[in-house]
Formats: sequence, structure tokens, C-alpha cells
Amino acid sequence: MFYREAGDFKTSYREDNQTFPIKFDRYRYYSVMFAAFAVVPFLINDYWVNAIFLPFLIYSIAAIGLNILTGYCGQVSLGTGGFMAVGAYGCYKLMTAFPEVSILIHVILAGGVTGMVCVLFGLPSLRIKGFYLAVATLAAQFFLVWLFNRVPWFYNYSASGQINAPERTIFGIAVTGPNTQAWATYLFCLVIVTVCALVARNLTRGMQGRQWMAIRDMDIAAEIIGVNPLKAKISAFAVSGFFVGIAGALLFAVYLGAAEAGDSFGITKSFLVLFMIIIGGLGSIFGSFAGAAFLVLLPVFLKNVLVGWLGWPTDMAAHLEFIIVGALIVIFLIAEPHGLAQLWRVAKEKLRLWPFPH
Amino acid sequence: MLDASDSYVTEDGRTIGAVVMEMKNITLRFGGVVAIKDISFDIREGEIRAIIGPNGAGKSSMLNVISGFYNPQEGQVFYKGKQRPQMRPYQVARQGIARTFQNIALFEGMTVLDNIMTGRLHHTKANIWQQAFWKGKAEAEEVANREVVEKIIDFLEIQSIRKTPVGRLPYGLKKRVELARALAAEPSILLLDEPMAGMNVEEKEDMSRFILDVNDEFGTTIALIEHDMGVVMDLSDRVVVMDYGQKIGDGTPDEVRNNQAVIDAYLGVAHD
Repeated sequence: MFYREAGDFKTSYREDNQTFPIKFDRYRYYSVMFAAFAVVPFLINDYWVNAIFLPFLIYSIAAIGLNILTGYCGQVSLGTGGFMAVGAYGCYKLMTAFPEVSILIHVILAGGVTGMVCVLFGLPSLRIKGFYLAVATLAAQFFLVWLFNRVPWFYNYSASGQINAPERTIFGIAVTGPNTQAWATYLFCLVIVTVCALVARNLTRGMQGRQWMAIRDMDIAAEIIGVNPLKAKISAFAVSGFFVGIAGALLFAVYLGAAEAGDSFGITKSFLVLFMIIIGGLGSIFGSFAGAAFLVLLPVFLKNVLVGWLGWPTDMAAHLEFIIVGALIVIFLIAEPHGLAQLWRVAKEKLRLWPFPH
Repeated sequence: MLDASDSYVTEDGRTIGAVVMEMKNITLRFGGVVAIKDISFDIREGEIRAIIGPNGAGKSSMLNVISGFYNPQEGQVFYKGKQRPQMRPYQVARQGIARTFQNIALFEGMTVLDNIMTGRLHHTKANIWQQAFWKGKAEAEEVANREVVEKIIDFLEIQSIRKTPVGRLPYGLKKRVELARALAAEPSILLLDEPMAGMNVEEKEDMSRFILDVNDEFGTTIALIEHDMGVVMDLSDRVVVMDYGQKIGDGTPDEVRNNQAVIDAYLGVAHD
């Protein structure tokens, strides 16, 4: 009824190319952005930021990064945790070496460094595909974690082997370190997420995205119409690494505050982000957000229900949580293998015709 | 006999230009199997050139040599008067040679529009930074490419399926989308590998009309492989006949039809 294309005519290709061609979608997007920037910062407290908003925002960036590589370009990667560690340690080294430079620049540079490392480990993708590539990136995961644990230069020879984020400010307001305000860290991450999502969307809707998808869908045909497979795959690894590195830097500097490669960036991180994009929907920016939200919110939600409402002991609830999350993932994948993004698309198609069935 | 640079006018009034591509003594082996044996032929600008032959004659291998998939062990390929060095397929595509495949090779996960837009790759100059921020060349080129693509969509009469994912389309339409993607590159030579395989009579008629129209309106040189003799004889200006990797005939449809070696290859020879 209210969600429809009829009467919403496009008179230029520019209008037809926009991200949200349907008017209702566009206003929904504007209102979400308005709420995120102008309403949420005034309402949230430490619990909301630390339990929900920061992990959601940061994992969204990581999921967008992995989605570009796996969902758009078809190159499976199990090295996300390792690449996030590169971002985190890169950011840490930059923060401690150049304390006078803005943290924002450090985060972006950390992304750039991760992009380069990602390209290096992506080089085998030119010869191997599928499971074999997944195993090659798995090697990256273990190697990088080993490297950051074993070479003291990376953690500045600290006795604990941990890295700790020093206090850094933007416009005089602390965003890292122990004395941060909830709204400041939230807004800092939100701005970066917004820019990352816009860049990812622009890249994937244009010629670069088409090259990636062409390689994913049929690499022989892609080459015959002129896609250079080397350039396409390497650029996917670079862009993906950039986003994953930014996510790693934020996770360490803003969210955790202190990190140790094996604990914070182990293989479980790689799988977590991979599950996010599979559940959210491969090859969809919206899916990256949906998947991140699902896997961040579900444990919090279950914990609140089991402990808060039913009054079960915490340890039992924690174990049950694992079982329920696992079972839900399996059920979900059977019911909708194309993820939340596909559910969303189907819902929108139904809405266009509602209340009529055809 | 014509020279390489001569041009002539066909009965139906189209001008056939000079030789644009020449294959000289091409030999292609896969281990001990000789797929193509010492074949030479040329393709003239603006003509429709057919390659025919029984199954396993080496027609598709020949097309793969032209489009750079296979590198022949012997022989040279001349393109626009220059000998072509060994190239990867994407470099060949960049030179203005587009092709379709025998079994459809579309990007199933993308919409029809995106598939055809991918064909515009070489007419896109915006770098990754401009694309990331959708500024500068990126947006202008996207719109310019879209205009060209829309013309092709109109031409091939696929307006209604513009935004449909390719995976949902029936076979005949997929073939048409694949042709559209090849056309979007504005190629100087268009290679069609069995464009009518598996089609019914009406679909074949449609496709024949499109091939003739492409040749007529855009002046595109077309080289095609096809098994339907009626179609080949009607469409093409000149025909190469292959059998067991060798060339057994070359000429106008009428010449080929009356060539004894060709008749033997298709109908078989009596054993003495």
C-alpha cells in the first residue's frame, strides 16, 4: 500500500542508479540515519554501548570487508581474525610511535597496512580456488597470530605480551583509553561505519563490483569480456583487507582497550565474521549489517531471557546459549540459505503488491 | 580473386571491406591430438563469416584460438594488419574482439542490466578511488554506459527483463542477453559459438534477424559457428568448412554447397 514503485517514475539514469530507488526506502534510510546520529547518542549508556552498539558497528565493518571478498568476489577467506589482528597491532604501533597524529588517521592507515598484508596472502588465489584457498588463508590466520605473539617488537616489549590502547582524543574528546564517554565512542565508530558502508556500496554497484561479481560467477567468461583476473582478485583482497583492518583497529582501540593476539583475534573471530556474512547474506551490504546484528544481539537477548526473566543460573545459561545459537544457525541456514538479506528482499517484493496476492 | 585490401559490394548492397583478421597456417595440438592442422583463412571487415563442420572438427578450438583461450603451436594470427603476439583472453577482448559461448556463460548472480553493463568494461576509465566516492568520471561514465546499454536492450527487445536476475530467465532469453553483453563492448569482431543451439524455429528466426541487424546497423564483423545448414547458408557471406582439424572448403555458400569434399564429409563416402 504505502511501499510501492507505481507512480515513482525515474526520468534519468542517475535517478535509477541510486542506492534506494524506491521513495519509501529512501525515507526509511534517512530516518534510520537521523535516529542513529541525532537520537541514539542522547539515550545510550555504557551498557548499551559496550554490549550492543560497539560490537555491532565494528563487526559490521569486518563483515562488509569479508563480504566484498567472499560474497562479491567469491574468494573464501578464513583469515579474517588474523587480518583484524594486523589492523589492531598496526594501529597500536602507529598510536605509540606517532602520539601527536589523530587517531582517525591511525585507524585508516592501519586499514591500509592490513590491505597490503591481505594482498600478500591473497596472491595464492590466482592459482587456487575454493576450499584450497580457504586453507591457504587459514595459514595466514595462524601465522599472523603466531607472529604477533612471538615478536616482542609488535607489543612494544611489554611484560604481559598485551597491547593497551593509550588515551587519544578527537576534538578534545577521548575516544580511546579508560576515560571515554559512551556517546563519544559510539559516534566515532558510527561515522567510520557510515563512510565504510558508503564506499563499499559505491564500489559494489559500479564497474569494480561488476568485475568482482563476474569473477565470482564465472571466471572464464569474465576473462573473455576483458576482466583481468589478477587485478580483480587482488583489488578485492586489498579493499577487503582495508575494511577488516579498520574493524580490527577499532575493536582493539575503542572497544577492548587491551588485546592479545591469540585471545582476541583467534580462529573463532574468523568463523564469527564468516557466519555473519553467511547468515546475513553473501553479496549484500545490508546482509553484512543484518548478520552482524543477528550474531551480536542474539547472545545478549538469550542471556537476558534466560537469566533475567527465567532466573536460571548464569553458568547454565551461558552453556545453553551456545547450544541455542548453534541450533538457530543450523535451522536458519536450512530455512533460508541465502540469508537475512534474501528474507528482506522477499519481504519487500511481497510488500510491493500488498494487500493483493499477485 | 580479391586482394587483402580490396573491398566489394554484396548483392544485397552491403560493402565488404579489407581483411581485418587473418589466420595463417594455424596448428593446435593437445598432447598427441592434433585439433587444428595447418589452417589458413581470413575474415573481412563487415562480413558474416561462418565456420562449419561435423562434430569434433575443431571449430570451437578455432574460435578459442581467435579469442586467445588457446595459443597455437604453429602459425600466426594477423589482426588489423599486424601480427598478434601471444595474449591472455582479456587482452584480446581489449583489442575489440567479443564472443559468446556455446553453453551460456552469463553471470548468474547478477541482473540482466549488470551483465550487459559488464560488457562496457573497456569503455570505463574511472579509477577505484573515483568509483569509491562515486565522483568525477565514475558517475558520468556509468550514465554514458547505461545509455549505450539501453540502446542495445531496445535493439534486442529485452526491455521487460532489464532488472531480472539472469538465473531466472529461460534459455532463449539467456542467449539473447549473452549477445547483448558481447555487443555492449562495441566489438570490431563478434564471435558467436553456436548462437542457435537448442532453439526452436521461432527463436532461431529471431536470432537470425538479430545477427543480420547487428551486421547491417552497426557494421560489426561476425564470425559464427552453427550447425543448422539452412541458417548458415542464408546468413553468411563466406563459409569455412572444417573436418578432422583440416580445412576442406572455403568460399561463398554456393561454392561450398557444390564442393565434393564437403559433401563427402557431411554425407559420408562409399567404401570401395
